[in-house]
Amino acid sequence: MAKYDYVPSPFMANSIVKWVDHRLPIFSMIDTQLIKYPAPRNLNYFWNFGSLAGVMLVIMILSGIFLAMNYNPSTAGAFDSVERIMRDVNYGWLIRYIHMNGASMFFIVVYIHMFRGLYYGSYKYPREILWWLGLLIFLAMMATAFMGYVLPWGQMSFWGATVITNLFSAFPIVGESIVLWLWGGFSVDNPTLNRFFALHYLLPFVIAGLVLLHLWALHVHGSNNPLGIDAKGPQDKIPFHPYYTAKDAFGLAVFLIFYGYFVFFSPYTLGHPDNWIPANPLVTPPHIVPEWYFLPFYAILRAVPDKLGGVLLMFGSIAILFLLPWLDTSRVRSARFRPVYKVFFWLFVVCCLALGWAGAMPAEGVPLFVGQVATIWYFAHFLVILPLLGWFERPLPLPASIAEPILGGGRAGVMAAGKPMEKA
Amino acid sequence: MAQPDSTTTAMGEGEGRKHPDGTTRRDFLYLASAAFAGTGAALTGWAFIHSMNPAADVLALASTEVNLQPIAPGQAITVTWRGKPVFVRHRTAEEIAKAKADDSAALPDPQPDSRRVQREQWLVLLGVCTHLGCVPLGQKPADSKGDYGGWFCPCHGSHYDTSGRIRRGPAPRNLEVPTYSFVNDSNIRIG
Amino acid sequence: MRTAKLLIASVLALGLGMGAASAAVGPKAPVQEWPHTGFFGTFDRAALQRGYQVYKEVCAACHAMKQIRFRNLEGIGLSAAEVAALAKEYETTDGPNDEGEMFKRPARAADRFPSPFPNELAARAANGGAYPLDLSLIAKNRAGGENYVYALLTGYRDNPPPGFVLGDGMYYNDWFAGHQIAMGPPLMADRVTYADGTPATVERMAKDVSTFLAWAASPHLEARNSLGVKVMLFLFILTGLLYATKRKVWRNIKH
Repeated sequence: MAKYDYVPSPFMANSIVKWVDHRLPIFSMIDTQLIKYPAPRNLNYFWNFGSLAGVMLVIMILSGIFLAMNYNPSTAGAFDSVERIMRDVNYGWLIRYIHMNGASMFFIVVYIHMFRGLYYGSYKYPREILWWLGLLIFLAMMATAFMGYVLPWGQMSFWGATVITNLFSAFPIVGESIVLWLWGGFSVDNPTLNRFFALHYLLPFVIAGLVLLHLWALHVHGSNNPLGIDAKGPQDKIPFHPYYTAKDAFGLAVFLIFYGYFVFFSPYTLGHPDNWIPANPLVTPPHIVPEWYFLPFYAILRAVPDKLGGVLLMFGSIAILFLLPWLDTSRVRSARFRPVYKVFFWLFVVCCLALGWAGAMPAEGVPLFVGQVATIWYFAHFLVILPLLGWFERPLPLPASIAEPILGGGRAGVMAAGKPMEKA
Repeated sequence: MAQPDSTTTAMGEGEGRKHPDGTTRRDFLYLASAAFAGTGAALTGWAFIHSMNPAADVLALASTEVNLQPIAPGQAITVTWRGKPVFVRHRTAEEIAKAKADDSAALPDPQPDSRRVQREQWLVLLGVCTHLGCVPLGQKPADSKGDYGGWFCPCHGSHYDTSGRIRRGPAPRNLEVPTYSFVNDSNIRIG
Repeated sequence: MRTAKLLIASVLALGLGMGAASAAVGPKAPVQEWPHTGFFGTFDRAALQRGYQVYKEVCAACHAMKQIRFRNLEGIGLSAAEVAALAKEYETTDGPNDEGEMFKRPARAADRFPSPFPNELAARAANGGAYPLDLSLIAKNRAGGENYVYALLTGYRDNPPPGFVLGDGMYYNDWFAGHQIAMGPPLMADRVTYADGTPATVERMAKDVSTFLAWAASPHLEARNSLGVKVMLFLFILTGLLYATKRKVWRNIKH
């Protein structure tokens, strides 16, 4: 990787900054890792979704803390306390809708972020640990979202919790004990709700810690880019600020319009109406579905008629992502230069959407069949297609550098563009 | 080294030449965007902070009605209103006389007894010491009533008289009189 | 622009996925015209007050609305004095008093609407085993919301389709899941007499009470819409400013 000369920002010369920095180099860190941090000059808008995910985490933690101030984690009081937030607490409805729809927004952002990684091969050498950390964040998010959905103690909360915790009973011998341990009783009840609240409050901070590690790993080798090639020299990179701060800020504003539309004008669309019915342990809703972001996994779970098989397959669908850097045998990162992979990438996207659709429908007939085919395809994509493609696919010729296709090749163009990241 | 390169590339051609020190990055657009975004963040922050203020159900909390009949002269009862104790004392003739006589004494927070009661024999007070919020003693017959025959706060030694006025000790103000009204001769509604 | 296309495609794809997620089971109630839908929607106050009258005189005999308190009725356009007077018509249980007994007293503005039955078992016992639902959130916890409520109230049929076996004491309804409902047709013409002289047709009453229930489920809807419009305006301007900033910053960088 090319070395970049670091020219400190003007504020680094300030004497107070210097005093602090000598003892705690926090300003150096901000300057080198955020302001002057060299980023590829060709990142497209798909690279906005990393910072958007960070913003979503902050929004979720903040709105969640304010909700927790008025929430009562007991089976007798949870539903009414949430209604009190909606009806009586000042701006309670706003904070609740920010949080409720925020979960969906967070997953939208993270899914796009992940598919971007898949498309441009961001998980490949030397970013395998970066990819793993991202997957751990994803797992922690799923756990957090699942437990958060239980807290309003509506019908879907209760039955979702019952169904998902019962998954663990599929494991032989220890299964039943695990479920009892998860519940802290003989059914999903007050102890379950209490611990879910405690963990739902804790996990976002675990996520925040993982995010710091994710960023650390990212900054070791820097961002991948749409061409998927390593930066060759200073002309390939530009400082993060003001270029990507400006771009991220613009992207954030556009995203907030999308988010705001749901919060203010369509707050119920992404949820399920049954969750506005107080939990009733004696009556199961006719059609239980998880939140939309879990639907693909739910479809995989139901694709197999065997209980244990379904559970293993569902966990396997995430576990397999950890092996992706080695299952994909191609050395070329970006799908832009992998004509065959590009086709299979979009087929994989369709496969995931099909899984989502199948997960939303009753598990019978056509949806079940679609779910089964898509499940097979999902695993085949990782276990068969990706390993083989590396051998059979002939990638297109890669450009010599990031700057080359932009500046029309050669150093002349680079000079004309004002030599970013290069000492004048 | 001339200057940080980010400025040369970030600048428009002309501007960059006019201000080679790199300050033009803070041009109008930049400031306007930042100010706009900051205002939005502050307003959103206000909504969040306001959510911690008393909610509609708390503000609408029912007032408390107290039946005065069972309280004999010289006795006092404590009722809860808005989560705080309210003292209702049926004052004896001596206590009333003492309270009135002290109107002219040197009071840290001067207030005549007549302004503190609606009917002489009934003294209604918020039972919260104005110093740091402890509940003063003096309600039960066995309690110390302090040097002035009213209440005594054990936390930091504030003495209140038979009108609930502060006489000695660190408390700055008299015990507060809540809003109340007589529904009829034997019932009051607090709040 | 490739990126833009891809982005739009991703959002659309996600939208499709979410559309599938919200696919409901059972017949979908036809969408009615409501003044409270849309970006600038506000509730029709007159309809709300008439709807409350229908709830009070018809539904409240069996259906509780535990989440609603009398003071909330200020939201349908009643004054504080009217609310206090209205609350006084009801008795509520309070206590315990000094003797440790629960006692009855006239309701106040801060009290919840009294429930017609002390608990679910009592409600079932009085209604042949069927439980009259709490209506506080009915417009939120049924797919279709107030459209479903309206459809249900106007969807009774005296004669079920040929071949349909109706259970004992059940009624046929086009919009109820399974078409068998234990609640008899609650509305008939002139069941209530509107103070404002509006003719009390079944459709009118159904529409009014659906409006009232929509309000009860989302009392903050008007605040949400008006704040939402302002926030959107703000965000559009902010987006414009930030786009201009971004363009300016990137002007001399080829990318």
